[in-house]
Amino acid sequence: MRATASNGAPARGRPLSPHLTVYRMRRYCLLTSFSNRAAGGILSLGLPLFAYWLISLASGERWYESTHAVLGHPALLAFYALLLLAFAYHLIAGIRHLIWDTGRGLERAQSRTSAWVVIACSLVLAGLLIWWAMSRAGGPALPAAGASLSPAHAASIARAPA
Amino acid sequence: MSGDAEATRRSALGQVRGYGSAKEGVAHWWTQRLTSVALIVLGCWFVVSLLALPAFDYVTLVRWMRSGWTALPLILFAAVATWHSELGVRVIIEDYVHEVGAKTVALAFSTFIHVVIGAASVLAVLKVALGGPP
Repeated sequence: MRATASNGAPARGRPLSPHLTVYRMRRYCLLTSFSNRAAGGILSLGLPLFAYWLISLASGERWYESTHAVLGHPALLAFYALLLLAFAYHLIAGIRHLIWDTGRGLERAQSRTSAWVVIACSLVLAGLLIWWAMSRAGGPALPAAGASLSPAHAASIARAPA
Repeated sequence: MSGDAEATRRSALGQVRGYGSAKEGVAHWWTQRLTSVALIVLGCWFVVSLLALPAFDYVTLVRWMRSGWTALPLILFAAVATWHSELGVRVIIEDYVHEVGAKTVALAFSTFIHVVIGAASVLAVLKVALGGPP
C-alpha cells in the first residue's frame, strides 16, 4: 500500500506543511503568487551572470574588456531590463509577503487591493529603473570597446586605497 | 479514563510518534525572511549604486569597488542574494519535482551551484578590492 497525501507526497514520513497543491488559488492571487515565484527564478538566473561579471572584473582589464561581446550582447541587454522588472516586482511583492507574515492584510478584499497595489507600484518602479538605465550617458553603457587605461585613470587607480 | 478514550489518545499520539516536529520546521521559513529583509536594503543599494555609475568600463568599476566601504555591502549582497536564491530555488524544486531521486539530485545540484556562485562572487570582489594596481 502506497498511500499518498493530498499534496502528492508519500504518506510515510513527516507530515508536510500545506503547500502549492493544497491551496485553491484563483485569478489575482494565482497571478501575483506565480509572478513572484517567476520573478525570483529570473533573478536567480541573473546570479551566474553577476558572478561572471565580477570574476571577469577580477581577472584584469584586458580580460574584462574582452567580455564586452558577451555582457554587451543585445540579448543580454534585454535580459538586464527583464532583471530590473523582476527586481522591482520581487521587491514590492516580497514586502507584501512580509506584511502578511505579521498577520495583516490577509482578508480577501485587502489581499485583492494589495495585489493591484503591488502590480502598479512594481510596474512604475521597473519603468523608472529601466528608463534610468537606458538614459544614462552613452545609453546602456557597458564595457566600452577599445576603452584603454589612460595615464590619469591608471594613476587614480594606483592611488585608490588597496 | 475509559479504554476507548485511551485508545483514541494513543491513536492520536501514534499519528505523530516518530513523525513529530524535528524542531527545524521554521528554520527555512525564518532564514528566507531574514535574508529577504536584508535584501530590501542590499538589493536597492546595489541597483541604485550601479545605475548611478557614469559608465561600466573597467576603470570606473574598479575605482567604485575600491572606494570607501563599497566592498562590504557588495560582498554582503553577493552572499545574501545567493543564500536567498538557494532557499527560493529549493522551494520551487520541492514543489515541482516529485520523484524522490530526481528531487534529491536537483536539490543537491542547486545547492552546489549556489555555493560556487556565492564563493566565486565574494572572492572576485575581494580580489578587486584588495588587489594592487592592475
